[in-house]
Amino acid sequence: MGIFEAMLLTIITAATPLVLAAIGELVTERSGVLNLGVEGMMVMGAACGFIATQVTGSPYIGILAGIAAGALFSLLFGFLTLTLVANQVATGLALTILGLGVSSMIAEPYLGQSGIKLPQIVFPVLSDIPFLGPVLFKQDLIFYLSIALVAGVNWFLFKSRAGLKLRSVGDSHASAHALGINVIRTRYLAVMFGGACAGLAGAQLSLVYTPQWAENMSAGRGWIALALVVFASWRPWRIVAGGYLFGAVSISQLYAQAFGIGIPSQLLSALPYLATIIVLILISHNRRMTLINTPASLGKSFVPDR
Amino acid sequence: MKKLLFALATTAAVIGFSAGAYAADKAKVCFVYVGSKTDGGWTQAHDIGRLELEKALGDKIETQFLESVPEGPDAERAIERLARSGCGLIYTTSFGFMDATVKVAAKFPDVKFEHATGYKTAPNLATYNSRFYEGRYIQGQIAAKISQKGVAGYIASFPIPEVVMGINAFVTGARSINPDFKIKVVWANTWFDPGKEADAAKALIDQGVDVLTQHTDTTAPMQVAAERGIKAFGQASDMIKAGPETQLTAIVDTWGAYYIKRTQLFLDGKWETSSSWDGLKDGILSMAPYTNMPDDVKAMAEETQKKIESGELKPFTGPLKKQDGSEWLAAGASSDDGTLLGMNFYVEGVDDKLPQ
Repeated sequence: MGIFEAMLLTIITAATPLVLAAIGELVTERSGVLNLGVEGMMVMGAACGFIATQVTGSPYIGILAGIAAGALFSLLFGFLTLTLVANQVATGLALTILGLGVSSMIAEPYLGQSGIKLPQIVFPVLSDIPFLGPVLFKQDLIFYLSIALVAGVNWFLFKSRAGLKLRSVGDSHASAHALGINVIRTRYLAVMFGGACAGLAGAQLSLVYTPQWAENMSAGRGWIALALVVFASWRPWRIVAGGYLFGAVSISQLYAQAFGIGIPSQLLSALPYLATIIVLILISHNRRMTLINTPASLGKSFVPDR
Repeated sequence: MKKLLFALATTAAVIGFSAGAYAADKAKVCFVYVGSKTDGGWTQAHDIGRLELEKALGDKIETQFLESVPEGPDAERAIERLARSGCGLIYTTSFGFMDATVKVAAKFPDVKFEHATGYKTAPNLATYNSRFYEGRYIQGQIAAKISQKGVAGYIASFPIPEVVMGINAFVTGARSINPDFKIKVVWANTWFDPGKEADAAKALIDQGVDVLTQHTDTTAPMQVAAERGIKAFGQASDMIKAGPETQLTAIVDTWGAYYIKRTQLFLDGKWETSSSWDGLKDGILSMAPYTNMPDDVKAMAEETQKKIESGELKPFTGPLKKQDGSEWLAAGASSDDGTLLGMNFYVEGVDDKLPQ
């Protein structure tokens, strides 16, 4: 296996949780809800995914547990912000802090245990293609799911009627309400989809990336996913581009260090963030494009007339 | 959550105390932790020390701890709260608590303070540290014997003297066996990020290192090493569970002996400020069992450990050159502690440029 192939494999593992959490948050934000609790939902998914795997011995049940944990946890956010109309920013931050605490508590007995790694699914013939084969067709289920989810979300948002409704809720909840769309129900579903994706991203951390449980193991990836949504200007395929760009820069700097390239490591470590800032500047330069894509009701609470 | 429970417990204790129902004659010894006491590394090692202390002197003292205290202004408040609540002796167990401890110590001259890994002392503030580098020297020797390619990978956290000292000790140990031995260093710029530490391990292994060591806190690098079938060293705690067929040995922090010694002095009224920097011989660190290596390598490691414990061998003894080829220590000369504690240069054999 060549060095570039090895690097690509590392990059894919690093980028997959970012893409997953970001695509979920994208749908949530497209419905007009800003959920800053991605980090908390992700770490809950990691904890529950790991626990379920250790208890049942099956990482596939672990995946389901991670998804369920993320979705249920986001339901708490939904109840507070949609039903009780609490402030979304404050509630999202609270969800992150709560998630970090609860996950540490429930998973404490599992600290230090070695987990079970999610097996690879190998496509015959396709995986024999030189270079690309092993990289793209010899991966675990969560990687395939991440790509399928992005394609699915893209189709749903821009080609389906339900997606159109969801976007209209995010752009103007009052008009959508007047048209007879159930704003609160749509937002509940979008929030739960976001939670499920963040939970799946968490399960990837504790089942594929590093098959173990460690407190706070998401280590800020939820925040990067949140930034990716803005980076992608709320367009699904740009999440993949952004996630892999971020992954590529942060992984290549580690390989460059090991190679002994002689550039200060602090600068190399800052590169992914510098790259993000540069792309954000380039995007915001085009004011009109940003405005078209930004959900106009983002972060605003909706109270239906009674 | 845990902090809240602790606050409630403290309040309850204070109420109990004022009601006169509490055993008032027991001295209170308190600990401030930077992480969670179950982090599997640094903080857990301190908490094991606290439990040993309780076991040894439990009839005369009671212990209390605050965990996951962030470094900075919060630390000052946390330490002050402990000082006010009647703690007679307070251990603050992270380098970043240094200035907060100094400030609180000045306000409470009757309370004794002990700060881990710092360098600022006062009449009621002592410091304590461990010569981790002695363990790294032994690891270096083992690596040189085990490695087929003569290249080891080193996952480092931040370019502070403590970490640079560890790298230099490892290389010096390795070169005492194989003068051409080299190490590749990757700076993760984090103490704790399982994903990034695993990525760093992959980057090193993909570029041909066949022994791995780390100065970061999670077992992720050990796991990657196990997956790729190379050998590795654990850090801060015995990580054998993460790599039963991978871990060669690990540096294990064992603070208990120090805590018992100092607390006994405190109880006897003989506590005085000091700057203690103990090593293998004092039992403040120990080596996890030497495993997954041939018997002759194991014998060599045990021999070196004995020599360090007896004082016969000092890891940083010349002739040693700096990375640029200039002389650091002449033949037979040993480094003084001051140079080690402020170490900001590499010795020969490190395939990396030191971040300044």
